[in-house]
Amino acid sequence: MKTLAYFPGCALKDQARADENGTLAALARLGYEVREIPRWNCCGTVYSLAQDDLMRHVGPVRNLLRVQGMGEGRVLTLCAMCYGTLSRSARFVEDPERLRRINAFLAPDAYNGGVEVVHLLTLLRDEVGYERLAAQVKRELNGLKVAAYYGCVLLRPREYAVDDPDGPTVMERVVEALGGGAVPFPERMECCGAYLTVTQKGVVEGRVGRLLRSARAGGADVVVTTCPLCQFNLEERRPAGAPALPVLYLGQLLAWALGADEPAVGAAITGISSGVRHG
Amino acid sequence: MDEVTVFIMGKGYRVPAGLTIMKAMEYAGYRLTRGCGCRGGYCGACATVYRLRGDYKLYADLACQTTVQDGMYIAQLPFTPAERPAYRLEELRAEGQTLLSLFPELARCVACNTCTKACPQKLEVMDAVQASLRGDIPGVAELTFDCVSCGLCTMRCPAEISHHHVWQLARRLNGAYLTPRAPHVAQRVAEVEGGKFRAELDRLMAMGKEELVAAYKARDIEP
Repeated sequence: MKTLAYFPGCALKDQARADENGTLAALARLGYEVREIPRWNCCGTVYSLAQDDLMRHVGPVRNLLRVQGMGEGRVLTLCAMCYGTLSRSARFVEDPERLRRINAFLAPDAYNGGVEVVHLLTLLRDEVGYERLAAQVKRELNGLKVAAYYGCVLLRPREYAVDDPDGPTVMERVVEALGGGAVPFPERMECCGAYLTVTQKGVVEGRVGRLLRSARAGGADVVVTTCPLCQFNLEERRPAGAPALPVLYLGQLLAWALGADEPAVGAAITGISSGVRHG
Repeated sequence: MDEVTVFIMGKGYRVPAGLTIMKAMEYAGYRLTRGCGCRGGYCGACATVYRLRGDYKLYADLACQTTVQDGMYIAQLPFTPAERPAYRLEELRAEGQTLLSLFPELARCVACNTCTKACPQKLEVMDAVQASLRGDIPGVAELTFDCVSCGLCTMRCPAEISHHHVWQLARRLNGAYLTPRAPHVAQRVAEVEGGKFRAELDRLMAMGKEELVAAYKARDIEP
């Protein structure tokens, strides 16, 4: 077993429980002992662009400090938003002057820098490997047609992208390793509308309709995402008449394919079963 | 008698060493009618901030629980204005978004941990804010069990969260919906309503003062 520090984030403990349950069950089957970091706080959700207000970077840096306290050099995130905030903050405090000022505030604690933030997709690609992942598959996906949806923060800004920001393949390769079929999905890097879901639902509905029609046109049975906000928008802001595709977390698909039992995959079984084209 | 110099609202006083801040204020001539309650560290009424000469830190504590030090600059915070939305517990559910929907300012937390540093009860206040954000109601209830609602964290919070009102709601939700029912409570309530203690109460109510005092003195005391 290989230990792996893990930052869940708030959504994974509430609305996106299915992602956490599924991913943790899958990672255990892949030989990881996942250790949730103690006393973590919200990642900040939206990375602060304020260069002169370091207080806005204290939250994410405090999480990196907790990882350091575990004696770990890297931390896994599943949520695309948490990945964006934590990885950018980790880079932000590579500057010694910024780190010194944040540490003056965190005193008596001090972050030494250097914690690496890893997203589930890059872990699967770079460490598990597609072949080893494929060898672990226990439950057939029967060629389930999957629209791999990246959205924004996995690929933008490009310096933090989990893959080629103009032509990513990692999520499709994971889906194929699990025995699914990744369908052509030209809108896969488009924004879902994100937080406009609070103030301008119509804008989000327009984008979600376009995304779902694009996925359906490619022949998708399900959409897969790693972002709780995308998942929410795609299911809750679906305009009338748009294809009602199930929107699953990558963790659910992983858990299903690697043979995790109920209740670890729970809703995924219903979602995937309804998406699978039988016969 | 050893004495120290303290500054109360900016004016210096010589007071005996070893007094609590509250006693020192009374020694200096203050008559406390607000910002003073149980004098035992439970009621949270005597929130106080102070600095020590030559130290940049602003300290926070309860006046009845903290002894004076030489060169202490003291101010009382007898009341903390804090917004508490109206709610009916029976209309709420103990689920993920309940705390956040009633106290949306929770999402303004930047994890600065200033609240934790201000807490005289040494609670992990920031952890409780974070538990509230992720909807962990039992976690909030557990972390804030010893909160005395002094309001010091609320005064120091840059996100302007009304902590003690959030904690109170979390503990109410936890008590009402998440903790197991205690069967013996319902049993005892039924006994009370069924009149089990009626006759004894009537007997006491009918006693004269002397008889009552004698009965009190002769009562069974649990070991």
